[in-house]
Amino acid sequence: MADSAQPRSVVGLFGTQLRREIQTTARSMEEAVNPLIFLFLAITLFALSVGGGVEDLRARASGIIWVLVLLANMLSLESLFRRDYDDGTLEQMLLLAQPVFVPILAKIVAQWCLSGLAMTLLAPLAALILYLPTNELPVLLLSLLLGTPALSLFGAVGAALTVGLRRGGVLLGLLILPLYVPVLIFGVGAVSEHMAGVSINAQIYWLLAITMLALTVAPFAVQAALRISVEQ
Amino acid sequence: MVAVVEVSELTCQRDGRELFGALGFELNAGECLEVRGANGSGKSTLLRCVAGLFTDYAGTIETASSLYLGHRLGLNLLLTAEQNLMWYRGLRGSADSISEVLSRVGMGGYARVSCQNMSAGQQRRIGLARVLIGQCPLWLLDEPLTALDATGQELVASLIQEHLQGSGAVLCATHQDLQVPGARTLQLGV
Amino acid sequence: MASLKEFWHRLGSPRWFYQISGLWLKLFGVLALLLLVTGSVWGLAFAPPDYQQGNSFRIMYVHVPTAIVSQSAYLVMGVAGIVLLVWRMKLADMVLATIVPFGMSMTVLALVTGAIWGKPTWGAWWVWDARTTSMLVLLFLYFGIYALRQSIPARESAGRACAVLAVVGMINIPIIKYSVDWWLTLHQPATFTLTQAPSMPAVMWLPLAINVLGIYCLFGANLLSRLRLEILRREAGTQWVRDLVARGAP
Repeated sequence: MADSAQPRSVVGLFGTQLRREIQTTARSMEEAVNPLIFLFLAITLFALSVGGGVEDLRARASGIIWVLVLLANMLSLESLFRRDYDDGTLEQMLLLAQPVFVPILAKIVAQWCLSGLAMTLLAPLAALILYLPTNELPVLLLSLLLGTPALSLFGAVGAALTVGLRRGGVLLGLLILPLYVPVLIFGVGAVSEHMAGVSINAQIYWLLAITMLALTVAPFAVQAALRISVEQ
Repeated sequence: MVAVVEVSELTCQRDGRELFGALGFELNAGECLEVRGANGSGKSTLLRCVAGLFTDYAGTIETASSLYLGHRLGLNLLLTAEQNLMWYRGLRGSADSISEVLSRVGMGGYARVSCQNMSAGQQRRIGLARVLIGQCPLWLLDEPLTALDATGQELVASLIQEHLQGSGAVLCATHQDLQVPGARTLQLGV
Repeated sequence: MASLKEFWHRLGSPRWFYQISGLWLKLFGVLALLLLVTGSVWGLAFAPPDYQQGNSFRIMYVHVPTAIVSQSAYLVMGVAGIVLLVWRMKLADMVLATIVPFGMSMTVLALVTGAIWGKPTWGAWWVWDARTTSMLVLLFLYFGIYALRQSIPARESAGRACAVLAVVGMINIPIIKYSVDWWLTLHQPATFTLTQAPSMPAVMWLPLAINVLGIYCLFGANLLSRLRLEILRREAGTQWVRDLVARGAP
């Protein structure tokens, strides 16, 4: 008897996994929304801590938003592979999908839509309540749009390494936050340079470059890490 | 006789204990091999080694491509039976009809039912339906009779027999007798 | 070329490595001792005081070598990680495991000596300077690997997981350094920069160079001695180790 598995087209495989992610998210919306709620809760705490002063917040707005985007992203990464690991579908994906990095990429894209992309769409609201000047908003949005994919990609590596561990949540943060430092710096740097009237081409190119690097490296690192996690 | 699985000198360590000292066996097309042993004797680990999920072993394993049904369900409970099986169909690249596959395992009308609303036995049957999506020479089944009633167990036996008749092979870890005529037994542990 | 391949192949055998490393260990150990003592005594006691910073700059003779070696150690870890993942060499796994404590302690030492240097120079124990911040992030990277290894009970899986993390970290380190450097020097006037080697009189940078060489030898000696211990521990069940222990050989 021969194995009847056809080499599946990459697009088809991507679509299959993406459809599954959409179906799952549709039935667990509350989970998907939590990190976004956290983002605004934390912004509130920040605003409270400086007494809500306009000048204080305006000066720190882009930094606060970016840091909280990093943390909220981290929270949403915890569940990237957890459900599939627990119910046994993760190992099936590793065994059956060829090439494996395609469904992995689909999962990361889905996670990015719910975290990075969603936060970019909510950023105008955050900018409003932190008194960010409106002509800085496009730069903030661009930096978030270009930088958050790298967060999801590198974050997925951390998620894959810690999915099999019981208290993996805090460890996940420890592993990926150092990797987030350049994205944070260039993201905030873009807004602050723009406010100073300086060209931000360099920061934009760096954000793009980091995301490209992540796109090249992360799927394979995630694959290796998932295989290791599944062995336990 | 075409050998579907050839294992020799297999040794492995798990949680500090040594499992299967220099184990060796062969499984040919059309054969069913039941792996028996006490809890912790390494039945699941053996299957996972053959499946390629566990790689920290010494010795050689030569195997045809396999379909692995672990002791976890392999189903996303939030989704319906149909959605779960369509995902498998997408991964395997086959064109089987989901409704036919569901009827074959006796879950004909359950396509649109969410898996979390099913009983354990029903969920197991959906999980079992995976073997009917596409064709694969080797089935690796880990405790397939769990949570199944008598009808369910007969279903497993008949699916296995059909597969064997089509020159497939089955390696199965189980506590109970599969009721498959001609099945050999491999005893693990002392 | 053939001997390089042979060497690579031989590295796969911990026993062979154990046998040849004994000599190298002694060599590195002696060199480390000589170089570090010379460099440190010369730099800390005998080099002339800097006209700007007086005597406090002397801590540089400890700070700079530790900072340099802590970064190099991470690179070695990253390379070992690649070797482990691609070739599954047992030795690479051990190298990865043994570098972490050394690298972490060197980073901590660099941070502490940096603070000691900073207090008289900047008036504060800690400044978010480009170099100190990069060191701090490096410490977190080391700690991540340490924490990951501690949380995975199965040794082989833990080794490979740390290898993945080390490789991803190694790829990111240049980017992290550049970004931190750019951002922090933007916001603060360039704090003291290490006076360029050519403009420092030889009598000042020679002890530094000696200490840097010495600390690399220390790195080598530490790595080899811990590797040998780890080899003995992991291969404890094999015949050659039992023979070795029975003979009472070091």
